[in-house]
Parts: sequence; structure tokens; C-alpha cells
Amino acid sequence: MMAIPLSHLLVFSALLFLTGLYGALTRRNAVGILMSIEIMLNAVNVNFVAFAGMLNAPPELGQVFVIFIIVLAATTAAVGLAIVMAIYRNQKTIYTDEIDLLKW
Amino acid sequence: MTTFGPLAAISCYAALLGILTVAILTVTVRNLFHAAIFLAFTLLGVSIIYFFLRAEFLAGIQILLYVGAIMTLVIFAIMLTSRIGDPQVPQSNRQRIPVFILIAISAFFLIGAILKASWKTISTLQTTNAVELGKALMGEFVFPFEVISLVLLIALIGAIVVARSDP
Amino acid sequence: MNPLLIPLLPLISFAAIIFFGKWLKEKSAWVAVSASALSCLVSFKSIGEVIGGRNFHEAFTWILINRIPIEFGISIDPLAAVMLFVVTFIGTMIVVYSVGYMHGDPRYPRFFAYLSLFLFSMLGLVLSSTLVQIYVFWELVGLCSYFLIGFWFEKKEAAEAGRKAFIANRIGDIGFFLGIITFFYATGTMRFVDIQPEFIQAQAGSAILTVSALLLFCGAVGKSAQFPLHVWLPDAMEGPTPVSALIHAATMVAAGVYMVARLFPLFHACPEASQIVAGIGTWTAFMAAFFALTQMDIKKVLAYSTISQLGYMIAALGVGGMTAGTFHLMTHAFFKALLFLGAGSVIHGAGVQDMREMGGLRKSMPITFWTFVVATAAIAGIPPFSGFWSKDEILLSAIGSDHRIIFWILMITAAMTSFYMFRLLFLTFFGETRGKRAPHESPAVMTVPLIILAIGAAGIGLLGSPWAHHWIQNFLAGHPEEIQMNSFVATISIAASAIGLLIAFIFYILNPDLPKRFAKKYWLLYAASSHKLWMDEMYQATFIRWFKQIARFSFKFDEAVIDRTVNEVGRKTVWTSKIKNWFDQYIVDGLVNLTGRLTQMTGAVLRLIQTGYIHNYLFVLLLGVLIIGYAVFNT
Repeated sequence: MMAIPLSHLLVFSALLFLTGLYGALTRRNAVGILMSIEIMLNAVNVNFVAFAGMLNAPPELGQVFVIFIIVLAATTAAVGLAIVMAIYRNQKTIYTDEIDLLKW
Repeated sequence: MTTFGPLAAISCYAALLGILTVAILTVTVRNLFHAAIFLAFTLLGVSIIYFFLRAEFLAGIQILLYVGAIMTLVIFAIMLTSRIGDPQVPQSNRQRIPVFILIAISAFFLIGAILKASWKTISTLQTTNAVELGKALMGEFVFPFEVISLVLLIALIGAIVVARSDP
Repeated sequence: MNPLLIPLLPLISFAAIIFFGKWLKEKSAWVAVSASALSCLVSFKSIGEVIGGRNFHEAFTWILINRIPIEFGISIDPLAAVMLFVVTFIGTMIVVYSVGYMHGDPRYPRFFAYLSLFLFSMLGLVLSSTLVQIYVFWELVGLCSYFLIGFWFEKKEAAEAGRKAFIANRIGDIGFFLGIITFFYATGTMRFVDIQPEFIQAQAGSAILTVSALLLFCGAVGKSAQFPLHVWLPDAMEGPTPVSALIHAATMVAAGVYMVARLFPLFHACPEASQIVAGIGTWTAFMAAFFALTQMDIKKVLAYSTISQLGYMIAALGVGGMTAGTFHLMTHAFFKALLFLGAGSVIHGAGVQDMREMGGLRKSMPITFWTFVVATAAIAGIPPFSGFWSKDEILLSAIGSDHRIIFWILMITAAMTSFYMFRLLFLTFFGETRGKRAPHESPAVMTVPLIILAIGAAGIGLLGSPWAHHWIQNFLAGHPEEIQMNSFVATISIAASAIGLLIAFIFYILNPDLPKRFAKKYWLLYAASSHKLWMDEMYQATFIRWFKQIARFSFKFDEAVIDRTVNEVGRKTVWTSKIKNWFDQYIVDGLVNLTGRLTQMTGAVLRLIQTGYIHNYLFVLLLGVLIIGYAVFNT
């Protein structure tokens, strides 16, 4: 008997993911956006681990992916924050609504 | 093979709710430094979920990497870029309400879809350990493992190059 | 060495001087000299080939009229060869002479450019293979003549003389042009090689052929200064003296004679036309000699003598003496060029043109004097100088074709010629010096051509003498002709010359008062001669006045009718344009602007999407994911 059913865990991870998404869309600060993305990645990891434990498949499969994702999250954080530093140096701001370099 | 009592279930649900709460605080709180602290709690909570799911190795990595390394990076970035801690500066942009509506709709659909689906779960919780994982990484997944380590290396070099002050 | 080089070399020289004259300065003269000398050498070679019996003809089709080709090319036959010799040789002499004569002129390079252009045109004319081509060069030489008469255009007389020459020539040229058209209509050809006696004889005496012959003769009347269009030539003496020598004595004015000689078979086939030609030639010869008797300007005398001698040539052609006319053309070119250059030398040395202010130049200008004597003897017809032989030939052909009146008039003219030429010689070189400044001999660059030309003037006639077996006549006719010296003609001719010489001697050496008394006694004759039969005045009172009236009337008509119509049309156009402008501005432009504004507005709206903010893009991304997901799950 498991502590909680799979679907409840999935709902949790979905809500966590959407929370992260909300943060990514509303935060002005680039560092804040990166933090929100970390939350989204964690929600995905929770999904993987839940599936690995409760579905009929080798459990290593899901967990290996989690490891990969954590590594990628680390690289994202490292590169993303480096980019934030660079932008800050060039534009003197890290507020995304003050940076419209994508505009023609 | 571990069974959970009602206490365990209650504590688990409580953990889930707690995580969601801190996560929401993370994305909404004005002070970015506080947001980083809340993020750390969120990540810690996720590692607790891993414990509940008997993935102790992952829980360890989660704490080490996220709470240890990534959080340090984030806080460094916050400290290095000025104005971040200034409470007078608005921390969210003007599309809050439309985004919230969209998120709500997405949540509605997603939860509906999850609850509607019939999950073919197995009765017992499958577990694995570091040895099994290590074998999988070095055996079946050796190629992605090598690629990801290369990516990590490149990311490190790239981060250094991008963040260097003098071009 | 292609004969094409002959006209081409002066053309190159012209182009070089006209474009680089500023840079060449004094050296431009030597460009012109070397070009004409080279052209002379090339032409000698061509002439040699013609003498050897090989006529040159090379042409390409220029235009097709009713499938009849009009050619453009070069043809050299004996007639052209003679003319070629005259033009290139005398042309070279005169260009050399000009180097000295024009020295110090402010437009020195331009003078040589014009001379080169003239030589090109004249050689083109001589070498022409069709009537159209000859017309083209005919006009070109006319143009050069205009340029060179008016070379000192600061002088009002020079400018007016240029204009007069041009207009008088134009009148003749209209006839010439109509003549070409008529001739083409009558015969269907323009090629000189086609104009052979047999070809023309086929339609001899037809009215249209006679008309065309007379119209073509009009051109010769204008160019060769025959009565009644002779008035331009004396005025043309306003130009520089080398120009007078080259263009208005030796070559260009002979173009009319050359053209008639070229078309000789045509005139031969139209006896009525020939009669008129002979009549006009004879009358011109006599009239001009009469005018020359009393002229006081040294160049005017020579001008009238030129007209007179041209009349001789035309008369010769009219009475059927084609070879005689051409022979006289050649000898005349030599002695008349020499006379003009001598006169130029005199003017250069004495500084005046009026003979009353000369006199006694014999001692100070010996070379000029002796060459002048040779030339005078030649033109007066004193044997064995060249004029005697050619004049004798003309008289012979006049009597031979039974034109007795013409013969006697020409004989009287010969006596008059002798008189006025010796009068000129005596007044200029003998007696006391009446001039104010001390005359001096001209530089070698001027006297050397004089000497060479003097040798030519003395000796060239011998080519047509019995001692040379009438070589030139045979050459021109293309076959040996039976010519015998008529001792009767020769005797009278010599007598006429002697009488003229004698009277001049009495009048101007022995008894210098006689001319004045004579003039008083026969005042009417004297006035008629010195006023050239009042022909200029007559033209002024009649044709020119009429033309001015017509011009004035045309001007008024222009002003009152044509200008007003044009203005009215203009006003209507402006009005219509205004309507069109309004339409353009508000309808057409409006539509265009509307399109533009629509695009701008659409752009302004669409631009809002492109905020450049990453979170906006992310938002749209999420929206898109939702929509796609919805679409996928609902199917």
C-alpha cells in the first residue's frame, strides 16, 4: 500500500509546474525567472520519480532521467546566471521589461 | 517493500501542501532574496517527496546539487546585481492577470485529464538503489551519460566566458 | 596605299588640330602641312596608276531607293586624277605658304584646322563616285568656304562676305539638289561610272534630261561664280589671302567646272542646255574681265579675273571642249594660285591692298616680282606659258564647234585679260613707290611655294602642247585625239595678248595720265565697269528687298497667325493639364496614399505584437500550447 495514489502526486506536480510557469511569466527579474524555471524542472522530476516507483517499468529508467535533468538544470542555472550577469553589465538592468532587444 | 500508515499519508499530504505554498510564495514574494530562501525550501520539500517515494539517492543529489550548488549560484547572482533587494521596485510585470487566467484554465484541463485517466499502477512501490543506478548509468545509458557530462563541461566553460567582465 | 587615305589624312589633321589645337599651338601648322603633303604623295601614286590605265573604283551600298543602290565610294578616273593633282599639290603649297602668312594670328591653329577640313571635303568631292556623295562634299566645301571667308569675323565686311557667299551658293545648291533628283528620276542612276555617252545618248534630247542638266548647272553657277550668282566671289576676298588662293581661285570654285565636266556626257546629249552653258560662260568671262579693268584693289582684280577664267572653262564645256575646259582648269589653278599668293606676299610686304598705294615693289620684292611676272604671262596667254596652251585649246574648240560669236567674244576677253593683268603688274611693281611704309620681301616659307608654283605655272601647259603630243588631252579623253594647232587661232590669240600688253604699257608706263583722261571721257563705261554694272545694287533693290519684304510679311504672319495658334493651343494645354493635375492629385494620388496609409495603419497595429519583451512572447507561446492541446484532445 502506498502512501498516496499516483494521481494525487501527478496533480501536485502539475500544480507545482503551473506555479513555476506563472512565476516565469510574471517575474520582471531575470534571476526570478530562472528560479521559476528551477521549480518547473523539479515538478517534472517529481513526475519521473512517481512514475518510476508506481508504473510497471524498471525503476532505474525514470531515476536516470531525473539525474540527467538535474545536471541540465545545473547547467541552465550556471549559463543562465552568467548571461544575466553579462546583460546586467551591458544594459545596467536585469528587468526583462526594460530590455527589448528582441524588438526589430 | 514498505507500507505506510495513515500518519505517513497525512504527513505526506501535508508536505505536498507545504511545498505548493512555499513555491507560490517563491514566485510572488516581492523581495527576491526572500524568494530565493523560499525556493530553497521548495527544493528541500521536493527531496522529502523523493524520500517518501523511496528514492533516497535522488533525494541526496537533490539536496546536494540544488540546495547546495544552484541555490548558492542564485544567491550570488542576486547579490551581484544591484537594486534586486529594493522593495520599491515592482517585481512582477503587467500581465499577471491574463497569465493567471491562462494558468487556471491549464490547471483545470490538466487536473481533469489526470484524474480522468486510468493509471495502470502496480500495487507495490518499486525501489532501486545507488548500485542499480550506477550500473544503469555505466551500462545502458553510458552514451547519454557521457554526452551530458560533456554538456556540463561546455556549460561551465561557456558560463565562465560569458560572465567574464573583460571581453 | 589605299586612295582612301587621300581624304582621310586631312580629316585626321582636322580632328587633331580642332581637339588639341590649344596644346599644339604653332605646331598645328606642321600637322596640317604633313597631312596634306602625305595626302599629296598618296594621290601621286593613285594618279600614276590612272596614267597607267587602271581606273580606281571602290564603293559600298549606302542607301537603297526602290531597290536601286545609292553608293558611297571612291572612284578615280583621268578627270578626277587631274583634279586630285591640282587639289593636293596646290593645297600643299598653299598650306606651307600659310605657315608664314598667318604667322601671329590669334586663331592660328583654327585656321589650319579649317584648311584641313577644306582639303578633306574637296578631296572627298573630287573622289566621289555618285552625285549624292558629291552633293554632300559640295555642301561641306561651301561650309569651309563660309568659315574661311569669315575667318576674321571681327571685321564686319568679312562676316557679311561669308554670309553672302553662303547664301549665293545656297541658291545654286537648291538647283543642284533638284537637278540630282531630276537626273535620278530620268535615268535611275547616280553613279558616275554609269554616266557614259552611250548610256545618256539613249534618251538624248528628252525634256526632263535637259531640265536636269540645267538644274545641275545651277549648282555650278553658284559654286563657280557664274553670272548671275558671281557676286559673292569678289566679296569673298575679305578672307585671308591663302584662302582666296586655295578656295576662291584654284580649287573650290573649280568644283562647278569639275562637276559639269564629270557630267559632260549629259550636257553633250542636251544641245539646248549646252547652248545655255556656253552662253553663260562666255558672258561671265567677258563681263568679269570688263569689271576687272578698273578695279583698284589688287585682290578684287584677281577675283574678277578668276570669275572670267571660270567663265572661260564653262564656255569651253558648253561648246563641247571637255578636255579644253579641264586643261584650262588645271593651268588656271596653278597660275591663279600663284597670282593670289604673290598678291598675298605683296600685301604682306607692303601692308596695303590698294594698288594706288603700291608701285615700285620690283626692287624690294624680287622673288615675288619674278614669280608674278610668270603668272601674269601665263594668264595673259603669252607663249609658252601655260595659259596660252589651254586658252588656245578653248578658242579652238569654240571655233571648231562653229560658235563664232563665242569665239570672238572670248578673243576680246583674252585681250582684256592681258590688259588688266599687265595693268596690275605695272601698277604694283613698276614706277615709283607710293606706299607709306618700306616694303620687304616675304620669308622663305612663303617664297618657296611661290617659286614651285611659278615653275608649275610656266611649265604645266606644255603637257598640252604639240611638243608633248597633246598628252593631257589624250589622257582626259581616254583615247588619242586628232588635234592640230590652228595657226589662225594661235596668231589671233597671241595678237590679242600683245594688244592688251601694249595698251597697258602705254597707259601705265609711258603715259600715266592717260587712264584718268580716258576715264573722264568715257565716264559711263568707266562707271559701269567700276560699279560692276551696278549688279550688287540691283540685287539689293530687287531680290534682296523683295526677300526682306517676304520675310517681314512671313514674320508678321508668324506672329499673328502661327504664334497665336500656338499660344492658344498652349493655353488650352495648360488648362487641360490643370484638370489632369487635379485628378492626379486627388484621385490617383489619393488612391496611392490610401494604400500607403492602410499599410502604415496595419503595420502600426501589428507592431504592437512585436514588443520585444521576452515575457510577452512566452505568454503567447503558452497560449499557443493551450490552443493546440485543446485542439488535439478534442479530436
